[in-house]
Amino acid sequence: MLKKLSEFKIGETGLVKKVEGEGRFRRRLLDMGVTPGTTIYLRKKAPLGDPLEITLRGYELTLRKDEAQLVILEVA
Amino acid sequence: MKRFALAGNPNCGKTTLFNSLTGSSAHVGNWPGVTVEKKDGTYKKLKEPISIIDLPGIYSLSPYTSEEVIARNYIIDEKPDCVINIVDATNLERNLYLTTQLLEIDVPMVVAINMMDILNKRGDVLDLEVLQEKLGIPCVEVSALKEDHLDELMKAAYEASKQPRIGRSVFLNKDLVHLIGDVKIAFEGKGVDNPLFHAIKLIENDEVEVKMHGDLVKMVDEFKKTFNDDVFGDDIEAVIADSRYKYITAEFAKALTRNRRSDDDEVISTQSDRIDRFLTHKVFGLVFFAVVLFLAFHLTFSENLFFLGGLFKNVVPSFEGSIYEGLFWSESGINSPGVIMFNFFDMSFSALTDAARGGLDAALGVGHWFTGFLCDGVLTGLFAILGFLPQILLLFLFFSIMEDTGYMARVAFIFDKLFRKFGLSGRALIPMIMGFGCSVPAMINTRTLADDKEKIATVRVIPFFSCGAKLPILLGIAGAIAEVFGFSNVDLITYSMYVLGICTAVIAVLIMRNTTLKGDSNPFIMELPAYHLPQFKALMIHLWDKAKHFVKKAFTIILASTIIVWFLTNFGWNWHMVDSVGDSILGSIGQLIQPIFTPLGFGSQLSPIGWVFAVAAITGLIAKENVIATFISLGTVAVAFLNSGVVDPSVIEAIEADENGITATVAMIHATGITWQGCISFIAFNMLTIPCFAACATARAELPKGKFKWTLLFWILTSFIGSAFVYCFLSMFSRATLAWAIPVTVGLILLGVCGGFCIHFYNKRQRTRKLGA
Repeated sequence: MLKKLSEFKIGETGLVKKVEGEGRFRRRLLDMGVTPGTTIYLRKKAPLGDPLEITLRGYELTLRKDEAQLVILEVA
Repeated sequence: MKRFALAGNPNCGKTTLFNSLTGSSAHVGNWPGVTVEKKDGTYKKLKEPISIIDLPGIYSLSPYTSEEVIARNYIIDEKPDCVINIVDATNLERNLYLTTQLLEIDVPMVVAINMMDILNKRGDVLDLEVLQEKLGIPCVEVSALKEDHLDELMKAAYEASKQPRIGRSVFLNKDLVHLIGDVKIAFEGKGVDNPLFHAIKLIENDEVEVKMHGDLVKMVDEFKKTFNDDVFGDDIEAVIADSRYKYITAEFAKALTRNRRSDDDEVISTQSDRIDRFLTHKVFGLVFFAVVLFLAFHLTFSENLFFLGGLFKNVVPSFEGSIYEGLFWSESGINSPGVIMFNFFDMSFSALTDAARGGLDAALGVGHWFTGFLCDGVLTGLFAILGFLPQILLLFLFFSIMEDTGYMARVAFIFDKLFRKFGLSGRALIPMIMGFGCSVPAMINTRTLADDKEKIATVRVIPFFSCGAKLPILLGIAGAIAEVFGFSNVDLITYSMYVLGICTAVIAVLIMRNTTLKGDSNPFIMELPAYHLPQFKALMIHLWDKAKHFVKKAFTIILASTIIVWFLTNFGWNWHMVDSVGDSILGSIGQLIQPIFTPLGFGSQLSPIGWVFAVAAITGLIAKENVIATFISLGTVAVAFLNSGVVDPSVIEAIEADENGITATVAMIHATGITWQGCISFIAFNMLTIPCFAACATARAELPKGKFKWTLLFWILTSFIGSAFVYCFLSMFSRATLAWAIPVTVGLILLGVCGGFCIHFYNKRQRTRKLGA
């Protein structure tokens, strides 16, 4: 099932299928290792529900929901 | 001298390595044109001294942040003799991503593998020989923190710098390699340096590259048409980023043998996770943050440490009778470390000034202009600024510790959503809160903000978060209001002034981010670094550097401004010293500008002596405490004015004895005939107007070039609009003035709301137009 990262629940894991958007937001995501085939685990949400904290490639990354909706994943 | 550049991800130990290599020779400045810190120093343990340049921490060489552009341009244009790439062994994949890009540049390079001990503790093993062979450049294991193997690293870099290195790329995709080869030939034909790097960046559609080599774009686009990937289609930007990571996992990761335990469970909980469970918790996280903030401020500013005051009620002050009376404690309580240091400087300084005055009086005769110049102008001004240095540094130290441990990133994480509503990121919270202590460290702290526009907006509103030095103004005037107008809730006035400052800051940021400082904020895609203990050495280097800059400013721009104000206060237009401020240049300036404060309630509607408020506002520029000090020295003038020149000496004594300035302010209120609304408006004006010279000098250094003069204008405008509104609003509550105050206040509010809507709809139209185009 395909799902946006912004719609993930805490504790869910997925495989990146596609990174949408353009310009620096997308570039930054790619640079940080959010590339197709990467496993992403949604670790936590901030107390106000945004931003998100994810684990990928063995490290912690935080990003806002606005950016997370650019990432399409296959739910594991 | 050979130049080695340090390049690496943020949080990989780069700064620690830099400090270990250069020691005390480090010099901190800014990269030209931007407020990104530039650090350079010298390494002296080789045959010849080596200049070390610390490039900003970056994840990639894309041109999207100023840090990335700086690092890239430095390596490409300045051609260092060697690039030392620091790689965090615990985060190999992402760190090596930058390495693959650096490899493409024709520059000698070595890799320093840091934090190997933590990796080994996890039970993982990294085979350096394998990695070295795959990368094709020397790899040296170091510990930046323990300063292990640094000499080896420098020797390897020195050897590498002796011969040029040709860039190479790391792609497995044959079509891509082919495409890059073709474009590279075109660059070689043009005789461009670093053909491989430029070729790859142009294929990536890199903004900077497209601008620089526009002539080749057409050709590259033709080449690209032949390229089609099964997964990405013609999306070459993604293909390249993906290929780099693929190569890293396929080739470099072979060097890493993971402990089976962590292989089974990718998301194993680390120590940082366990700490985070508490520190970013919905309830505990906020409580912890509040406690940390309280402690930082309490240890810096409290004169009643941990509220133990009661214990010391019957004890004599420390060092009673000496110049250091009350240094450690007084009847009211124990002093915090910040206050002790402040007291020490303050008491030493005033003893020094007194000694100088005594000596000069004996040598030159009492009342010589030079004595006044040196003691009241130079020394008092300088000491007023330097006296704050310990507290500024201490507050800065506490917040640096929070930054270094990785806690600040969590604070930004918690508060980001709230701050986004105002067009800022969660990072802006910290400098704003620091502003309640002192604007100087707060403005320096805005360096952690990635976006220039966000930084400008934050620096501008920091003074509205009323600093410690503004509190005496509040207490003095509010106390006098209570005495004269029978208003019993002094704390209500104080409290509402703080709220006014915060509201003004919020509104000002909203307006700026929608008008003059429009623009999308930077992507908030950042790493949450693992928690680690702060490093004493790095903190001290950091603090020492800030102290140096501040002292330099105190002796130059701040001192000069102070002397000018002293001159204006003590000299008349005939260039002779005057006895009373009323006859001085400043006094006549005050009388001249008095009418412009009429809408604020302390202008032409006051008696002829109403200029005192204008004068106090100007002297407040040296340091905000001076507002009340000026009131005290002008109190006599006010009494003389009231009693047609006759002043009872006991009245003068009473005024001078009251250090809080309440007696003086009461005399001022009676003499000028100012209303309580005017008094509060005057407090508001001082809260919102241009901050002290020290804060101005800091703002000038932190803001991008050319933005300072607009910032000054912004402060003046905001203070006028803000306090005029306060005056009108409060005048509604007085029978004598409500007739005009109600329509004016309602009008002002309507005007503001209409203005807000106009900006909103204008921006909306612009946006749809842009989308349409």
